[in-house]
Amino acid sequence: MKIKVIAFGVAREIFGSGTIETELYTDASVGTLRNLLEQKYPRLGQLASYMVAVNSEYAEPHVVLAANDEVAVIPPVSGG
Amino acid sequence: MTEIKLTPLPIDVTYCVNAVMSPAAGGIDVFIGTVRDQTKQKKVLRLEFEAYEKMAISEMEKIAASAFAKWPLLKVLLHHRTGVLEVGEVPVVIAVAAAHRDAAFEACRYIIDTLKQTVPIWKKEVFEDGEVWVAAHP
Repeated sequence: MKIKVIAFGVAREIFGSGTIETELYTDASVGTLRNLLEQKYPRLGQLASYMVAVNSEYAEPHVVLAANDEVAVIPPVSGG
Repeated sequence: MTEIKLTPLPIDVTYCVNAVMSPAAGGIDVFIGTVRDQTKQKKVLRLEFEAYEKMAISEMEKIAASAFAKWPLLKVLLHHRTGVLEVGEVPVVIAVAAAHRDAAFEACRYIIDTLKQTVPIWKKEVFEDGEVWVAAHP
């Protein structure tokens, strides 16, 4: 399945785009997506940390993805 | 009552205070974030804020709900800016009204501290010789 990943801040700069598409097997997890993204974009793994959000909720690595999920890469936040 | 806003326009601090006024309130606590002119002795020219708007709003709503659950509050307001901010401008205002000041002080502190940890908003510091996403790297 194709998963659309949106990215913000430093992650958007690492991807070179605010949205990327990636191919994952059906029922892949957030953890699988993280590994794949870190292989493709090594600078992602060099961040202090980052989270993945699925449909606007922070998602742990075990969460299973669906093709129409809104998936976002959330680098360390720094609002305020 | 909770009022939450993410805006590219300047935050009206007087509006924020008036919005949480209540006859039942014994006090209002307000945190006003301002853009500092330096970081680690380096001159800051401006800050650029970016937000995952939909999720930023929902995370701010969660923080307000959790503050209402922890303290007896009357009204809570969170306004946060996006876009380019110059030194001295206001990126964030938290205003909390409660019957008694202990609750207002503690909740206001809790809200700004939690916002900085969980709300998907990012700031880039722009210096004379470069720029950096705050907190991005170890």
